[in-house]
Parts: sequence; structure tokens; C-alpha cells
Amino acid sequence: MLEIKDLHASVDGTPILKGISLTIGDGEIHAIMGPNGSGKSTLSNVLAGRENYMITKGSIIYKGKDLTELSIEERASAGIFLAFQYPTEIPGVTTMTFLKTAVNAQRKARGEDELDAVKFLKLVREKAKELKVEEDMLKRPLNVGFSGGEKKRAETLQMSLLQPSLAVLDETDSGLDIDALKIVADGVNRMRAPDRSMIVITHYQRLLDYIVPDHVHVLAKGKIIRSGGKALAAELEASGYTDLTESAA
Amino acid sequence: MVATRETVEAVDEAVGKYKYGFSTDIESEKAPKGLSEDTVRFISAKKNEPEWLLEWRLDAFRRWLNMEEPDWAKVNYPKIDYQDAYYYSAPKSDDDRPKSLDEIDPKILETYDKLGIPLVEQMALAGIAVDAVFDSVSVATTFKERLAEAGVIFCSFSEAVQDHPELVRQYLGTVVPVTDNYFATLNSAVFSDGSFVYVPKGVRCPMELSTYFRINEADTGQFERTLIIVEDGAYVSYLEGCTAPMRDEHQLHAAVVELVCLEDAEIKYSTVQNWYPGDEDGNGGIYNFVTKRGDCRGDNSKISWTQVETGSAVTWKYPSCVLRGDNSVGEFYSIAISNNLQQVDSGTKMIHLGKNTSSRIISKGISAGRSSSTYRGLVSVHKKAEDARNFTQCDSLLIGDRCSAHTVPYIESKNPSAILEHEATTSKLSEDQLFYCRQRGLDEEEAVALLVNGFCRDVLQQLPMEFAVEAQKLVGISLEGSVG
Ligand SMILES: Nc1ncnc2c1ncn2[C@@H]1O[C@H](COP(=O)(O)OP(=O)(O)O)[C@@H](O)[C@H]1O
Ligand SMILES: [Mg+2]
Repeated sequence: MLEIKDLHASVDGTPILKGISLTIGDGEIHAIMGPNGSGKSTLSNVLAGRENYMITKGSIIYKGKDLTELSIEERASAGIFLAFQYPTEIPGVTTMTFLKTAVNAQRKARGEDELDAVKFLKLVREKAKELKVEEDMLKRPLNVGFSGGEKKRAETLQMSLLQPSLAVLDETDSGLDIDALKIVADGVNRMRAPDRSMIVITHYQRLLDYIVPDHVHVLAKGKIIRSGGKALAAELEASGYTDLTESAA
Repeated sequence: MVATRETVEAVDEAVGKYKYGFSTDIESEKAPKGLSEDTVRFISAKKNEPEWLLEWRLDAFRRWLNMEEPDWAKVNYPKIDYQDAYYYSAPKSDDDRPKSLDEIDPKILETYDKLGIPLVEQMALAGIAVDAVFDSVSVATTFKERLAEAGVIFCSFSEAVQDHPELVRQYLGTVVPVTDNYFATLNSAVFSDGSFVYVPKGVRCPMELSTYFRINEADTGQFERTLIIVEDGAYVSYLEGCTAPMRDEHQLHAAVVELVCLEDAEIKYSTVQNWYPGDEDGNGGIYNFVTKRGDCRGDNSKISWTQVETGSAVTWKYPSCVLRGDNSVGEFYSIAISNNLQQVDSGTKMIHLGKNTSSRIISKGISAGRSSSTYRGLVSVHKKAEDARNFTQCDSLLIGDRCSAHTVPYIESKNPSAILEHEATTSKLSEDQLFYCRQRGLDEEEAVALLVNGFCRDVLQQLPMEFAVEAQKLVGISLEGSVG
């Protein structure tokens, strides 16, 4: 699915990622953990193709192709989805309208027919119900005045409608209480599929009790300093990041 | 709705920068080039007008000769040579007015097709009566019977002069006086045609009234004259929509719209204006100098202006309300989009004369390219206007860093009981929002269209459904190429 080799990237001229290599197979879930400021969100922005994030060295191959040649929206239509750590407010655009516009934009880009209003409504209602997203939330402008939990559920709802091949969940657990966390985790787990891979970025291992990863990587100062199985998450929980980052330094 | 969607699709499919850039070749009967008393007489004679109307025109013309073109608006344009234009043109079949669509010049119908507005379908599907103003003379008026049953008169201005001269004479020029301003005076002298609406006491007009304006003759200034009279307790919703073909020369458009709203009456006037704005270098667009004013003459009357302005090279337009009746209400909802080298100077005037009058102004200005956009609004509260209220909100959205937006609110209050609120914001289309939308698969233009439509939502919601969808698409189209 994804092969990152020796990736170096700068944000507005400041080097942040300093040589990341990561291979993700089809259907795998990889957790990326690490302290604040270690470069987790930077990595997700680089994967999504954000413009002021410059790759200075290394390569990203997605489904056998050079990902860096695609624009932001081409990556999206090719199946890359980013659940934002801080979802942006879209004033005046209802969640429903936004969802429909996004789904149809991707369908159009892939040469598929656009969904009509009736079909779309049915689909949204079904997915919204699974994520306990109220009808009322769909009528409100996307992310405007949403609580932390609502924002994350809205992100998850988008993911379940867009059916990506590679989902990057950037701290989807932050700001969620345990009930909300379970709803979101259930939503994500329902999407596990042999042809869908995920990168689950989190600061805490708590999320990984619910979304169980195949691999865990620890990111510090722009580098992956350790990789392992799901046991690594528990180990981190016990020892904290400091030991690791210090031993790496 | 279906028809609207077709419009939208037709627009989407078309290629090139300006989607409606074509012109139909229809032989027309023109007044001689230039402007003189003879021109005025020619127009009046052509239309077989009564003597009083000719005199009214001539009076306006003589006054116009002594007036100066205003230069206070924040727009620049080359000096207009008023002698180098035609002031009247009509499709050849003027004497022989068509009675049904079959009799209409197929070229004209074809033009509507190109615009994606199949007239018949549109009427059938949307239930809208269309008084299609093609060039200067109305060529298709339909749904007359249903309206007639209700007692509503909806016809071209020329027809009204022939069939209802007493109404025209009673109200013409009572809202926008002949000498109101340079362009209104010019219009009064040479107006060619326009629409006339009369809704009698207590009648709720059974359908939305719609006029599609088009400017189609090279060098023909357009001088529309619209008069809408709504009597006590009556209601009408009027829709005006415009597109124009590609032209090299700048075209002058100086319309006058007068609304008369009597006791307990309500007029809702919506405009989607999409005239050719000129190319990226500012060549070829329409000059739009319009005087639109509504008079809330009766107590408890209400006038609501909603406009979506995406076109024209130069726009100078201030739909206004004179709140004369006690408890009368004036509203102005506006979206003005300027791109490339477009210049928009628009806003409203709310003149509070009666007691307990209130007004509400929501203005959304979007500037892109190297355009400039100015909101110029006046809220004036006269001495006797006890307990007047106004709420004004002006939001500007900038796309890119070469455009500008200005807000010029004038407030005059001669009565201390007035409560006037003004809010203004200026924001830039954020990179975060664009990235978010693009990450979901929208390309840059779709993202801009979506975000700008969101920014305009409060105003778009005021539009009748038939117009709202079309307006949303126009918002996107007019901002194409504005980012990246
Ligand atoms: N625009 C920017 N310019 C310079 N440095 C930045 C910019 N944005 C983020 N950074 C820095 O990049 C580092 C990594 O940030 P981020 O990827 O958000 O970390 P994480 O998501 O792991 O908390 C931080 O030190 C942060 O301060
Ligand atoms: Mg982060």
C-alpha cells in the first residue's frame, strides 16, 4: 500500500522530518506514537500533500506510484484520507452539503456517476446512525461550534462515506471521553478491510486498546526510533516517552 | 427546479472564460445613432406613446443636458460617448407582436436554449411567468391568464402604457423622480421597455414573476424601466435575471426600477445579475448604472431587495427603500462578487421617515483578482421617525492579495430614539479551509465555490428556490481562476 523511504521534510523552511522509513502492507494498521512536536502531524500533512510542506529527500510510493506527483485532491480521490487533528470550520456549509460535495467530487474524479440526492441521503443516514451522529448535526455548518467529540465523529463519518484505501487518523482520540472514544473506535474498526490500511496517530496508548494495531512505531524528533508489535504500546504506557527519546538521543 | 438544474448543467458544460459569450444575429430596427430630442421623439413615436409621456421624456432629456456625470463612486471607466450609441432597437416583428411562443423568432428561442433556459419547460416546471425582455422589447409574456384571473397585471412597460395608461401616469417617476440622478434622468428620456406589475388590493400574486433580461445588440445602451405597484395587503415576489453575450465595446446599462408598496403590502425583489464582466484585462464588460428604489408608502408595508451581483465591468447600484409608512420594513440582502478588473460600488440606502420603521442590511462582498469592491450604504433617520431601527452587517471576503474591499457606511440620524447597529468584518479565504476541502477531493475551484457559497449563505437563503441553485453555481463560475 505505502512505502516511505528516508523521508525528509521541511515546513516553511524548517526541517521537521529527518529520515522516516515505513512500509505499510494492505489491510494493516500501523500506530504512530510519540511526544508532542515529534512530527506526527507533519507526516500526515506531507502524505496529504499540503503545499507548504516540502519534501527535501526520500520517497513515498503509494499503490506502486510516486505519491508526490499527485495534487492534494488527486491523492484524496486515489484513496488517501486524513482525519484532522484539528478539523477546520467551514462556515455556512452544512455538514450534509459538504459530505455530498466531497463524495461526488471524488466519484467524478474517478469517472464514476455522481450519487443523486435520494441515494446519498440514504447512505448518510445509515452511516450517521452507526456513529451516533444526530440529524441536527448534519444540518449545522461543518465543524462550526462542534464540540471536540462532534468534530471527531464528523471526521469519522466522512471517512466512512469516502471509503479510503489509506486512512491517516491524526489524534482522533484527543478530547474524547471514553464513550465517544468507543463510538469512534467502533466506526474505525467497522472499516477494517483487507484492502484498506490505516495509520493511527496517537499520543496515548488508550486508543490502541480499542483499535488494535498490527505495528507500533515511536516517532521522536522527526525520526522513528522504535518499531514493534502492539506490545510496544503497553510498554510505552508503563515507561513513558522520556526513556525512549533519551536513549535515542 | 429541474429547469434550473439544467441551466446549471448547461453553464457547467460550456467552455471558455465567459460561458454565455455568444450573440444572436437578429435584424433590428434602430433609432439613429446618437442622442438628441429627435431620438427621444423617435422612441416615443415608435412606441405610439401618448403625448404626456413624450413630454415627460423630453423634460427629462432637457434636464439631463444640464447634469454632470457623477464621479464620487469608487469606480473608474473611460468617458462614455453618449453620441456614439444607439438608443433604441427592437426585433423586426415589433408591429406584429407574437401571440404565442410559436410565433417567436426561433433565433431568440435558440438563444434561450444556449442559456439553458428552455422557456416553455422553465415555465411549466417552475410555474414561473416569464416576461422575457429580449433586447428592448418584450417578446414573450406568458401565464397571463392565471395572473389575470387573480387580477394581477404583468406585462411589458410598453403594453402597460397602451393598456393601463392611468396606472402608469399615476405612479411613473413617483419613486425615482426624473431628476434623481444623472443615469435615472437619462433613462427617463430614452427608456425603451421593461416590465410592469400591478397587484390589486388583498391579492397574493399566485406565482413568482420572473424576467430574463438580455443585452444583445452591439452598441445598444439598455434603458429598462420597471414599475411595480402593490396595493393594500397584496404581495408579490419578482425575480430578475440577466446574462449578456461577449462584446468588445463596453456597453452602458442604466435601468430604473420603481417599487410602490402600499399599506400592509409586501414586495420581494430578487436579482441574479450575470452580465459580461470583461476579460482578464478588463476589456469588454458591461457598465451597469442602475437606480432601484422602493417606496414603502403605506403603513406596515415591507420591501425586500435581494441581489446577487457577479457580472459587469463596472457596477454602480444602490437598491434603496424609502420607509415612509409607519412600521414599514426595508431589507437589503446582497452578494457582490468581483474578479479580475471588475469594479463594484454598491450598497443600499434606507431612508427612515415613518415611526417605528426598521431596516436590515446584510451585505457580502467577495473580491478576487485585481478587483475592487466597495459597500456604500446610507442609513438615514429623519426627525419624525420615532423608534427607528437598523441593523447592518457588512462582511468582506478577499481571495488573493491583489484585490481590495472597502466599507463606507454613512449614518445620519436626526432622531435620538433611533437604534442603529453596524457590524463589519473582513476576512481572507483561509489556506486551512482550502486544504481541508481539497483533502476531501474538491479541486481548488470547487473548494472556492463551496467556501464562498458558505460565506454568502445568509443571503442565498433569501432567494426563491428557483434562483438559489442558479445563484450558487454563478458564484463558483465567476470566481474561476481566482486562486492558485
Ligand atoms: N509552520 C511551521 N513552521 C515551523 N515549524 C513548524 C510549523 N508547524 C509545525 N512546526 C514544528 O514542527 C514540529 C512538529 O510538529 P507536529 O508535526 O505538529 O508535531 P506532533 O503532531 O507530533 O505534535 C514542532 O516542533 C512544531 O513546532
Ligand atoms: Mg499533531
